Amino acid sequence: MSDRRTAGFYWLAALFALFVLFLYGPMITIFVLSFQGPQGGLTFPMNGVSLHWFSHLWEGLGVVDIWAAFRRSLKLGSIVMVLTVVLSLLAGLAYRKRFPGSNLLFYVVVASLIVPSIVVSLGIGLEFRLVDDAIKSLSDTFGWSFLDGYTTAMGLYTSGLGAQLTWTLPFGLLICFAIFNRFDRRYEEAARDLGATPWQSFAHVVLPIIAPSVVGIGLFGFTLSWDEVARSSQAIGDVNTLPLELTGLTTTVTNPEIYALGTLTTGVSFIVIFTALGLMQMLRRRTARALRAAA
Amino acid sequence: MSAVADRHVVADAEAKSASAKPSLFSRALPAWAQALPLALVFLVFFLVPLALTVMVSFWDYTEYSLVPAFTLRSYVEMFEGCYDKLPDLCVTLKTYLSTLKFCISVWLISLGVGFFIAYFLAFHVRTTTMQVALFLVCTVPFWTSNVIRTISWIPLLGRNGLVNSTLVKAGIINTPIEWLIFSDFSVIVALVHLYTLFMIVPIFNSMMRIDRALLEAARDSGASGWQTIWNVVIPLSKPGIVIGSIFVITIVMGDFVTVGVMGGQQIASVGKVINTQMGALQFPPAAANSVILLVAVLFIIAALTKLVDIRKEL
Repeated sequence: MSDRRTAGFYWLAALFALFVLFLYGPMITIFVLSFQGPQGGLTFPMNGVSLHWFSHLWEGLGVVDIWAAFRRSLKLGSIVMVLTVVLSLLAGLAYRKRFPGSNLLFYVVVASLIVPSIVVSLGIGLEFRLVDDAIKSLSDTFGWSFLDGYTTAMGLYTSGLGAQLTWTLPFGLLICFAIFNRFDRRYEEAARDLGATPWQSFAHVVLPIIAPSVVGIGLFGFTLSWDEVARSSQAIGDVNTLPLELTGLTTTVTNPEIYALGTLTTGVSFIVIFTALGLMQMLRRRTARALRAAA
Repeated sequence: MSAVADRHVVADAEAKSASAKPSLFSRALPAWAQALPLALVFLVFFLVPLALTVMVSFWDYTEYSLVPAFTLRSYVEMFEGCYDKLPDLCVTLKTYLSTLKFCISVWLISLGVGFFIAYFLAFHVRTTTMQVALFLVCTVPFWTSNVIRTISWIPLLGRNGLVNSTLVKAGIINTPIEWLIFSDFSVIVALVHLYTLFMIVPIFNSMMRIDRALLEAARDSGASGWQTIWNVVIPLSKPGIVIGSIFVITIVMGDFVTVGVMGGQQIASVGKVINTQMGALQFPPAAANSVILLVAVLFIIAALTKLVDIRKEL
């Protein structure tokens, strides 16, 4: 590229600035409006500045136990995060070797990413309903008394967890492909030449080098679960996650409480995002230092 | 992490013992063991549910229960009146047309915007640090809630929202514009807002692989900026464009949350129909609708993938 900026650069820079405004402008509006005064409404102007709607939120939202949903979502998000990291890393290691069926599995994973979420969700909902019916009819037929209280297998940590994994795992696996495509195998060879066992070379050489990207997988795992609506919608069972409650509230709540809730959930997202990004940066520096020292 | 570790040790131990008599099976065993947990998740929560959806779409149903059978009832009801009422459109066709309209609008806008944003990041931003920083600025909203990003348009576009009140105050209009919110317009704005990132990332990825020498060569041969974009950059970014398009189109085809919230629950989409039928416990019609939606999406993807081999792009 030439050294002088062309006119094209300034047009594109302006477009980029507008796009960033388009991305963040509405989010900032919500954030500002959540500090609306007690008499304020859903739109501008601001009627004073207060924490009124946050304190409302703190007391709960009447019918909906928003804090229970909050805790459920945190817990589910953490489980999804751990499973996404572990399962996609394992599969990523598998893809470093060739194995029969690898193409098929790859296409299934990509398909899971592009089949509309409502279809996946409905399928899982149906699956669990059919399983319930089967279990009930079996227990009726054979008179299994231990199944008397059985209602459904559907739930947050069964169907709900599975539904979210079909969305987070493809991202995890694709990131793993990117990680291992860029991974310099000579580090591993060096470790082997120095007498490291496979486990030692993974734990002391491979893992530290890829650690920043592994944190990245975790970031995807948690945040995608924390905000997930479409795939969970038909597959979550009796209790809702926070984003599902929030979706329901969009049609019923008519005061800035919902903005306060929006600010709160976005706040959690931002804490997670920046913790992860900071951690990635720290790990990257540490690895770079270690590699320099070794060289 | 210890699960990863254990498996890895096991897998490698197996690999060693296998090296003595390397049959295909024993060589593949460690890799299979590592891929198995992920494969199981997709079997139980993706493949089986899809198969069951197809199966149930042919079942009969009553108000409160599913009746195993083989009937075309759900499909027949879905397309009832679609032929004999022509040229009037039946509900199903109208819904699909409405969904398709959103699809095409959002696709075109996000493609146009996404392409130039990616182009700016890839070719005009000079330092890698800046590139990473600006790329992150575009990516961060992706990790926050879609529902909140959607409702955040309401105070801007609403009847008494920022846009309307500003225009009224400025004397440009007398009464608030009604079509800013709960309309096709607001649905498209929100969808573009949510999903342009899915365009930017793959196109940016393709562009970063373009050899800068090619652009120099084009310029040295006398190509203008636009000619370079049209004849060099676009053809070489095609894989990214196709992947981004697949993402955006499939997401919009199945969307029901954004269309619901931004359409004021008044605008139809295929996803919303399925959601409503599930809510009413009409499983076979919901399944039939899903099957048709899936077929429609697969057709679009098949057409797009004719243009590119996705596997090569990772």
